[in-house]
Amino acid sequence: MLGLFGKKEQQSKEVAKERLRLVLMQDRLSLAPHTMEQMKDAVIVAISRFVEIDPHGIELSWKDSERKRALVASIPVISVKRGASRDD
Amino acid sequence: MSEALVITSGKGGVGKTTTCANLGVALASLGHKVVLVDADIGLRNLDVVMGLENRIVYDLVDVVEGFCRLRQALVKDKRLEGLYLLPAAQTKDKTAVTPEQMRNLINELKEGHDYVLVDCPAGIEQGFRNAVAGADKAIIVTTPEMSAVRDADRIIGLLEASGFDRPKLIINRIKPKMVARGDMMDIDEIIDLLAIDLIGVVPDDEYIVVSTNRGEPAVLANSSKAGEAFRNIARRIRGETVPFMDLTESETFWERIKKFIKL
Ligand SMILES: Nc1ncnc2c1ncn2[C@@H]1O[C@H](COP(=O)(O)OP(=O)(O)OP(=O)(O)O)[C@@H](O)[C@H]1O
Ligand SMILES: [Mg+2]
Repeated sequence: MLGLFGKKEQQSKEVAKERLRLVLMQDRLSLAPHTMEQMKDAVIVAISRFVEIDPHGIELSWKDSERKRALVASIPVISVKRGASRDD
Repeated sequence: MSEALVITSGKGGVGKTTTCANLGVALASLGHKVVLVDADIGLRNLDVVMGLENRIVYDLVDVVEGFCRLRQALVKDKRLEGLYLLPAAQTKDKTAVTPEQMRNLINELKEGHDYVLVDCPAGIEQGFRNAVAGADKAIIVTTPEMSAVRDADRIIGLLEASGFDRPKLIINRIKPKMVARGDMMDIDEIIDLLAIDLIGVVPDDEYIVVSTNRGEPAVLANSSKAGEAFRNIARRIRGETVPFMDLTESETFWERIKKFIKL
């Protein structure tokens, strides 16, 4: 919808939807404290196929911008496995 | 086979009691034996919405504490055969009953009735835990507003954690005009966010206020759109496939002109 002076105004339901999407994500995660730990374990398993990592040094965190929420992982790599780039 | 359904929401004032009363009347009109349980101890309202407030002798807490037998506390509906209300206590609070006692009570009620509908209080505290204790299935009521949808999501999480299988959603108080102009989330968007199955959509309807004033649930009036929506939900609860009401509102001539000028 166009506003009075022709400036494009976002429909309020779009704003609600966007805000709800983020807040539900936040609620669901904070209510499931084990989720982060499980995610960490899954990341370790997946990455370890290709590189040797230090499982104790892994950090998972959220980075929020206005529109979306990103999962940021810091994974200390110890060595790269031979033939890691090969498809198998 | 009988079934106990809890009507819950998290957020207050979204229409749990209205839903409970209307579904009860609709199911009883279809020939079922139905008992409505007001689990909102301390803030009872189902009695007035049903128009049965003058017939109460005993209440749920009296039964649990052994002051009377269950049969004595059931208030018979004045309009429909096979419809009963178990009123909440007004002078006690939620801690007067335990989930275990509620479970026993609901199981006992299931013996003589096809459907036991439990009107849950708002919140996630003991009142909620009591209300869901004996239920086989859950129906979640929300409105198309942010805070109601958010609380519904929380309740869905809690229900799933306590072993409820796929709760069903009622979206109440849809205003087609607001949806049409993009100022209210529509049905698909809400289902998409909550990721549960829809069992009904109820329009915002002034007649609901009239019906509450009179103590005559809206399903008793043929002209009420909300009443029609609740009758449809009752049939879906029975397992019938009923198409969803079309609540989309086409733009009026004036709205089209306004849009045309702006574009
Ligand atoms: N579809 C509707 N159209 C118009 N008004 C409605 C509709 N549904 C509910 N209402 C009104 O909203 C108000 C709250 O409804 P109700 O008491 O059923 O909610 P509730 O969820 O049981 O509230 P509480 O959490 O306090 O128990 C009432 O005044 C009722 O008349
Ligand atoms: Mg209520």
